[in-house]
Amino acid sequence: MIWDNAFAISIIPMLLKGLWVTIQLTLLGTLIAAVLGLVAAVIRRLQIPVVSPAVSFIVIFIRGTPLLIQAYVAFFVLPIYGISFNAFTTGVVIIGINYSAYMAEVYRSGIQGVPNGQWEAATALSLPATRVWFRIILPQAVRTVIPMLGNYLIQMFKDSAVLSAITVVELMATAQSIGTSTYRYLEPLTMAGALFFLVSYPASRLVNKLERRYAPKQ
Amino acid sequence: MHPNNDPALSDIGLAETVLSGGPRTDRITGMPTGSAPIVAGGPIVAFDNVSKNWGDNQVLKALNFNVNPGEKVSIIGPSGSGKTTILRILMTLESPTEGQVNVDGDVLWDVKLGDKIRESKVMRATRRKIGMVFQGFNLFPHMTALENIIEAPVHVLGMNKAEARDRAAELLQLVGLGTHMNHTPPQLSGGQQQRVAIARALAMRPKVLLFDEPTSALDPELIGEVLNVIRNLANSTDMTMLMVTHEMRFAEEISDRVVMFDHGSAVESGPPEQIFKNPQEERTRAFLQAVLKH
Ligand SMILES: Nc1ncnc2c1ncn2[C@@H]1O[C@H](COP(=O)(O)OP(=O)(O)O)[C@@H](O)[C@H]1O
Ligand SMILES: [Mg+2]
Repeated sequence: MIWDNAFAISIIPMLLKGLWVTIQLTLLGTLIAAVLGLVAAVIRRLQIPVVSPAVSFIVIFIRGTPLLIQAYVAFFVLPIYGISFNAFTTGVVIIGINYSAYMAEVYRSGIQGVPNGQWEAATALSLPATRVWFRIILPQAVRTVIPMLGNYLIQMFKDSAVLSAITVVELMATAQSIGTSTYRYLEPLTMAGALFFLVSYPASRLVNKLERRYAPKQ
Repeated sequence: MHPNNDPALSDIGLAETVLSGGPRTDRITGMPTGSAPIVAGGPIVAFDNVSKNWGDNQVLKALNFNVNPGEKVSIIGPSGSGKTTILRILMTLESPTEGQVNVDGDVLWDVKLGDKIRESKVMRATRRKIGMVFQGFNLFPHMTALENIIEAPVHVLGMNKAEARDRAAELLQLVGLGTHMNHTPPQLSGGQQQRVAIARALAMRPKVLLFDEPTSALDPELIGEVLNVIRNLANSTDMTMLMVTHEMRFAEEISDRVVMFDHGSAVESGPPEQIFKNPQEERTRAFLQAVLKH
């Protein structure tokens, strides 16, 4: 198969549309992961009977099963029980929940990294628990978490290709469908890969910068 | 009690602030000044048969220990003798294994009541009467000096922000850092951080202020500025102060009473002249000899 330049140029608009869907998936998925992960980490730390162990179990379960299976179950099995959303919504929620299990771990280490003296000073000042979490502990914990959050965002950007399996028309699915309809796979797949790289490479450079900026000062 | 004539005070702006205030009310605690501590109501801090165990290690042994209102008490003794543990139990950072602790007539700890005392309404109300200055400062590093100080008055006492800011500015002035309001802890020296930490504790108007080796983490040249602030507090307020320290000269100078601890028990307690000049107990003598040698 020989590279066809004219064909390659003609499919650029379609691929960019797919890329835009991928970016939306990633940003919304990261938002869900960042919030749910934080909630899970705090609940685990609070050691609430029944609730905290339950959350721990869910986190471990999600981490122990492939994203692809989770996506299939949500898209093909849950509708049998009356729970169904469109492919994009399902995809965003599933990848968000999946990554929240990893983010929970990152937040956990961030929270653990806040020195004990901070909790003790908060107790000595009689600060209420919500204030301690939102004003004292989390701002310090999240600081160390920011670069990791960036890494997961980039990973999710690439992983979201898996969601083509549940018919989310993102970049990967767009390239595949161009391939099946034109019988030319070389250009769409190569260019989809190139587009992934063009976004993820600068992004990872940016994350490196953040890493240096938020590295613990010593 | 003590004449307020330390020339070093003017260096940090303490003398003016406190002296110009006159005898009306105490600018820090808001209580009347000038009078001798009133003991009529009984001790403000009372340890009643308090023990603390870490596994097999009995850190406090059936301790009975009282502090009277307004009293400035220094706790001395070898490392590991349980000095910090006493302060941490008072600050509710540690729970006793046995016994009862009362503060200002209210229960702080009562082991007989079991777990329900922990973080109970009673404990939380009693805890507000106590403040603590830590060896490692424990300022909130992502907040300015001012934010560190107003956080609890605003969110615990419900003070309005403007008033809390005014008071914080005044307190920073008092510890000689009036111009450092917007500095964050990483921008301050250890001595400055500890002075902010003292101002932060004072902002809650505690009846009892605890100091756990407040200068032990400091470079030698920064110790003086922190001791000056504490000395001034001791001389100018009726606040009860309980300080663990290795600064023997300082303890001798500012304390009404010095308590010598060893192996979880108060070995000897008395006025500084007794403890430092004429100790009655062999262990006190041996300890002082060891620390004052150099
Ligand atoms: N969290 C802890 N776990 C186990 N042992 C502890 C803990 N905290 C303090 N101790 C022990 O309690 C004893 C008294 O400690 P502390 O009150 O800090 O003594 P001091 O302040 O007089 O040096 C020490 O032997 C110390 O090892
Ligand atoms: Mg100690």
